[in-house]
Amino acid sequence: MQASTSTMPDEGRQILSSHFDDLEQQHLSSNLGMWFFLGSEVMFFSGLIVSYAVYRGLSPVAFELASRHMDLWVGFFNTLVLLTSSLTMAFAVRCSQVRDNRGIVRYLIATAVLGSAFLGVKATEYKKEIDHHLFPGPHFVVPGHDAEEMLEASKGPDGQVNHEVYRHNLGRFQMMFVFYFFMTGVHAFHMIVGIAAVLIFAVLAKIRWFSGYGHTQIEALGLYWHFVDVVWVFLYPLLYLIG
Amino acid sequence: MNAAAHARHDDGPPTDYLSDTSVASWLLTTDHKRVGILYLISVTLFFLVGGVIAGLMRLELMTPKGDVFSTPDTYNRMFTMHGVIMIFFFLVPSIPAVLGNFLIPLMIGARDLAFPKINLLSWYVYIIGGVMGIWILIHGGVDTGWTFYTPFSTMYSNTMVVTAAVAVFITGFSSILTGLNFIVTVHTMRAPGMTWFRLPLFVWSQYATALIMVLGTPVLAISVILVALERFFGFGIFDPRLGGDPILFQHLFWFYSHPAVYIMVLPGFAVVSEIIPCFSRRPIFGYRFIAFASVAIAIFGFLVWGHHMFVSGQSMYAGAVFSILSFLVAIPSAIKVFNWTATLYKGSLRFDTPMLYALGFIGLFTIGGLTGLMVASLAIDVHVHDTYFIVAHFHYIMVGGTTMAYLGGIHFWWPKISGRMYSEIWGKLSALLVFVGFNLTFFPQFLLGYLGMPRRYFEYRPEFQVLNVMSTAGASILAVGFLLPLFYLGMSLRRPRDAGPNPWGATGLEWQIESPPTTHNFHEPVLVTCGPYMYSPEEAEREYASQHVHHA
Ligand code: HEM
Ligand SMILES: [Cu+2]
Repeated sequence: MQASTSTMPDEGRQILSSHFDDLEQQHLSSNLGMWFFLGSEVMFFSGLIVSYAVYRGLSPVAFELASRHMDLWVGFFNTLVLLTSSLTMAFAVRCSQVRDNRGIVRYLIATAVLGSAFLGVKATEYKKEIDHHLFPGPHFVVPGHDAEEMLEASKGPDGQVNHEVYRHNLGRFQMMFVFYFFMTGVHAFHMIVGIAAVLIFAVLAKIRWFSGYGHTQIEALGLYWHFVDVVWVFLYPLLYLIG
Repeated sequence: MNAAAHARHDDGPPTDYLSDTSVASWLLTTDHKRVGILYLISVTLFFLVGGVIAGLMRLELMTPKGDVFSTPDTYNRMFTMHGVIMIFFFLVPSIPAVLGNFLIPLMIGARDLAFPKINLLSWYVYIIGGVMGIWILIHGGVDTGWTFYTPFSTMYSNTMVVTAAVAVFITGFSSILTGLNFIVTVHTMRAPGMTWFRLPLFVWSQYATALIMVLGTPVLAISVILVALERFFGFGIFDPRLGGDPILFQHLFWFYSHPAVYIMVLPGFAVVSEIIPCFSRRPIFGYRFIAFASVAIAIFGFLVWGHHMFVSGQSMYAGAVFSILSFLVAIPSAIKVFNWTATLYKGSLRFDTPMLYALGFIGLFTIGGLTGLMVASLAIDVHVHDTYFIVAHFHYIMVGGTTMAYLGGIHFWWPKISGRMYSEIWGKLSALLVFVGFNLTFFPQFLLGYLGMPRRYFEYRPEFQVLNVMSTAGASILAVGFLLPLFYLGMSLRRPRDAGPNPWGATGLEWQIESPPTTHNFHEPVLVTCGPYMYSPEEAEREYASQHVHHA
């Protein structure tokens, strides 16, 4: 930790911006800025998660049937991939603290690879769902057996189907997919931004752009990456496990 | 130290922040003061556009029949654009982005905000959103009202809802970035000795505002993006035919937009809390109460969104809870008003232009706040919901409150910003015209609403005409009041720099340095040894005498 406050003018660029008094202050600002930014992101996702929870509470049958279409094990595998990438990111941050430049480059690249693997798997999942007409919109088709189950669930005590309830359930079935695509889509967008940033940082580290090995910046990037992972750790059970 | 700091000493006296006039130096600046000026210019332009539309609407409403706009549709597009522009492109950025950007680093003894490049970025983001807004206006507009209520916005409206949603979304990022910058700056950039309880109240209020911007804006962003997606793909989140619930949109929207009311008015409090002590020559009464009240308002503001939905079919219990909570949020606001009044009481008052605006603020905000309590009561709201009573209420808060404070602030800090004094006579006249014109415009609307004239209609029953004519007459006086400062402040720029560092004899770090400030604000490291608002009666005497000479 101490290392970060002393500059080594002969190594890389001067990174203290002129409006800061010292590196300590700059480091603190960067960290705090990232934390508050993530707080803002939490509010963004929580708007979605709360809406999701409300609808799910109102129509458990439709949501449960819909979530059975997600592949639990593929999601689990992806969770592992992402958690591993958090680990390699943590190593990269550690390397920046002990000024191991080669380590930074190596672990950042590992992180980017794992992140891309996650996106690749996600893309195959999307493809499968779209092929089955499960993408919301005009072409959406509720699979026959799900429709039957919902019809069954829409029967009143007298054994008659309540068509209003039935239609409502069909709608909520599609809505689960709206939430699924939107939430995982926004998450994937965050991953893409993250991977791009990780690669840029890897290049910058390679050409020794940072002095003190860019401790402050890499730490902020690490925070972002862990945050995106944590979001997934919430999304996975919400979307995949409830079925 | 860095090379630039040394260079300054060698090249003679440092120049002020305005001296480099090349266009590139402005468009690429990272100086918080210049970014503030960029915002000043753009916010003023949007205010003019929104104001012209308001004028057209008032003309339309002078007679009971539609005669300015050919169809009700056009009228719908006009009030929507007026609302969208005034809220998202004028009110939300006005005080924070203009005065906050300019003043926060000066007030806490810093050389700049924590993230100067992000600050410039936020202006560009704002401009992109704004250009989209203007583009929409030229190409037909939106007719949903600034609230984008579903399912109208997602299914029935055949206007440019998606573009408008994206414009609002983009502008939202600009305020998130500004908020983030302020929060971090206040935490990390304070000069030695500038403890939290030595911060000027302006900074406290901006800090609270920034919290709301960072935590509330994302929820607005998500809700407008959902509207856009639903329109585009025919999803079913808000569409009842597909199992969705249009009320969900209202919850998401007001979860931001009620706190957003405080994004608009807390900065107004900030300005007034600086002006009142200065022109009363007294330390502000109850400093800590005011500081905490800001933060309390920011927190409570998130809990009362449901009072916009009393008639939306939410349960009676929810309605009652939201009603009570809404009364609670009035308490910290009332604390502030009491504290300002207590500061004024027995003060040796000076009625310069900023003070007139600040007093106007207190008066109008009080009326707006009291009628706010009325509409926060379930029973009354059911009677006046969606009538002109509501229009009058929110204009009292937003135009009466925030715009008055904004103008007061511009007049108060104009000498610091530009180095020039403006004509005091014209300044006072503008404050007077705004106050009179304002009341004449909007007070009749309380009556209209109570008598049952609905809002968002372009025709009305003939018996409402007298009050409507009064309102339109008031609007023209108000317009003159708003336009005057443009001229005399503009004229003042042609004078030599005559303001001096501290024309009002005010306390605060920003008044210790020359006007206009140099690029790096402070020449020597700042050390703060006492709290703000050290005004004393004896000093008041002295200042009063010397100031009169100065102004003549
Ligand atoms: C300058 C004098 C102004 C006049 C004469 C004026 C007039 C009007 C009128 C006639 C309406 C339509 C009311 C309705 O039919 O519901 C309106 C709506 C509105 N005004 Fe103003 N206004 C003025 C200034 C402002 C300012 C400065 C702001 C904000 C800073 C503002 C914010 C709004 C908003 C948010 C709406 C609601 C739009 C909607 O319903 O979607 N107005 N105003
Ligand atoms: Cu409200």
